[in-house]
Amino acid sequence: MAEAGPAINPIEQFELSRFLPITVGQHHYDVSITNSTIFMILAGAATLWLMSLTARGSLGVPGRLQSLGEMAYEFVEGMVRSAAGEEGMKFFPLVFTIFMFITMANLIGFIPYSFTVTSHIIVTVMLALIVFFTVLIYGIKKNGLHFFKLFVPSGVPIYILPLVVAIEVISFLSRPLSHSVRLFANMLAGHITLNVFGGFVVMLLGASAAVKVVAILPFAMTIGLDALELLVAFLQAYVFAMLTCMYLNDALHPGH
Amino acid sequence: MDPHAIEQAAKFIGAGLAAIGTGAAGIGVGTLFGQFLNGALRNPSAVEGQFGRLIFGFAVTEALGIFALLIAFLLLFAV
Repeated sequence: MAEAGPAINPIEQFELSRFLPITVGQHHYDVSITNSTIFMILAGAATLWLMSLTARGSLGVPGRLQSLGEMAYEFVEGMVRSAAGEEGMKFFPLVFTIFMFITMANLIGFIPYSFTVTSHIIVTVMLALIVFFTVLIYGIKKNGLHFFKLFVPSGVPIYILPLVVAIEVISFLSRPLSHSVRLFANMLAGHITLNVFGGFVVMLLGASAAVKVVAILPFAMTIGLDALELLVAFLQAYVFAMLTCMYLNDALHPGH
Repeated sequence: MDPHAIEQAAKFIGAGLAAIGTGAAGIGVGTLFGQFLNGALRNPSAVEGQFGRLIFGFAVTEALGIFALLIAFLLLFAV
């Protein structure tokens, strides 16, 4: 078995395929419409559709759909207010967009045979860099040089300060990395795990009749993992948005 | 022994070593929930307000285990 490799390739689900090959310029930059592009548009469109549906004809007593929209709004609002303060509310649209997009992309990725946009690091790294540069540019614009007080914690003895500043700078610069890899790795590993256990079911069903019964075990595991992954899909969107709020808080209120 | 077999063996050993990291994350998650319960049983009225932080801590801790799992999967299937 080992030399033949696994019968089912769990990486296959992440492969990109070009639906509409497009190249731009003399150097033929590839800007093709791929399955990733399509599912990104789908996630954006689904968010827009859901939110416009819930916001239509606001009633005093909200129906089911309207309360769904209001719950999502209040959830993110509470997160922004608690982590970034009252001033942070000017970044509410950014955080809400990021949260809804990631949630929607994760949930759409759950549909069998669909594609999970957030399981590609290029997507999550771009989202993380948007946040990183927003923090950097807004922080410097708002606070000027005071922004760099972020790297100089107060109350640290002078002889240890250079070390602390170096650590703070490195931790600031590595933020987009950990920010993006967390979401990407969770989605990738989750989908691979589901696929591996699904593969066990298929492999056992292909075996002799006596062994077929055992297939129920990985099948039950798949169901359990599905529930966990559903939680993770929400949780990682929440964590991504929450960290965004915390980073924005640094831009708004630098200095510890 | 041919080099291909050695490479395969090294891959599987590496994947096994990487999987140890998920156990370390297990310690972290266990500590997290244990400490939370410890605090929650002492002061049940504070549980509601801290639930979000618990989940946040869980997600951040669990992500480290996922990183280890990711390396194991990459060694098994991608490299």
